[in-house]
Amino acid sequence: MNNLLTPEIKDWVGRSDTPVRLEVSRRDIQKYAIATEQQVEKYRRGDEAPPMFLFNAHSPLVDLDQLRPDGLTVDALLPELPLKRVMAGGVKNTYHRPIRPGDQLVLTRTLTDIYEKQGRSGPLIFVTYVMRVETEAGELVMKETRKRIFR
Amino acid sequence: MPSIDIAVGTAIEERSHHPSMVSLFLYNAVIWNPHRIHFDETYTTQVEKHPGIVIDGPLQGDWLAQVVTEWLGDDGTLVEMEYSNRRACYLGETLRAGGTVSEVNRETGTISLELYIKNERDEVLAPGRAIVKLS
Repeated sequence: MNNLLTPEIKDWVGRSDTPVRLEVSRRDIQKYAIATEQQVEKYRRGDEAPPMFLFNAHSPLVDLDQLRPDGLTVDALLPELPLKRVMAGGVKNTYHRPIRPGDQLVLTRTLTDIYEKQGRSGPLIFVTYVMRVETEAGELVMKETRKRIFR
Repeated sequence: MPSIDIAVGTAIEERSHHPSMVSLFLYNAVIWNPHRIHFDETYTTQVEKHPGIVIDGPLQGDWLAQVVTEWLGDDGTLVEMEYSNRRACYLGETLRAGGTVSEVNRETGTISLELYIKNERDEVLAPGRAIVKLS
């Protein structure tokens, strides 16, 4: 094994993309809380964001004709891979302070690893991203390590 | 009820989830995820060869966060959480989130939990782990 990942692909490890800036709104937290059936009042009221609120928050906002045939947004921080179908792999988050309405956040994502494994039904490629979430003043809010799986 | 006197092995209260087409649609809209495996059944089964509409991996991660934050209440904060999506699940299934206390550290005031998402066959779809700090 270990034949899917060319040096050109591995060369992407360590790259970052342009930071994404966003402002957290109470209404967005409330929408998230409803869609995920949160029961804790501070989340339902939108006083504080639930722990997984920022999942996918860095996603580039592109026009509909820029979406892939599977619907997904083309990821500028991803090399051309020989496997195309995408699955969620998992997440590790560390939390440094709560996220609240009005927070101005800066999300910076780095591709930190690409490796392959043999899955139950064929080869898989794992791509790991680390996303740092900071305030505009540079205070660390949370750190997310996310794996995407290509099959 | 979390306290530093809690015993290792104590189970936290489980919660079950039965996503609907509408709840999945809203979840994917709110996280801005246009992947067709979460709303287009023909595409999902014929092109990506899944047996049905796929329930998002990060939604299961959210359920793990919820089972911890509901248990924790105002007695502390979540400082770390991780999970791994090992098996897929599909629209129509009922899943449950739960966990047990795996470590209590009196010096740091932290409690570690082992977490799981299980399906109706009791298979673990997403094992996880969390650390909470008591206030």
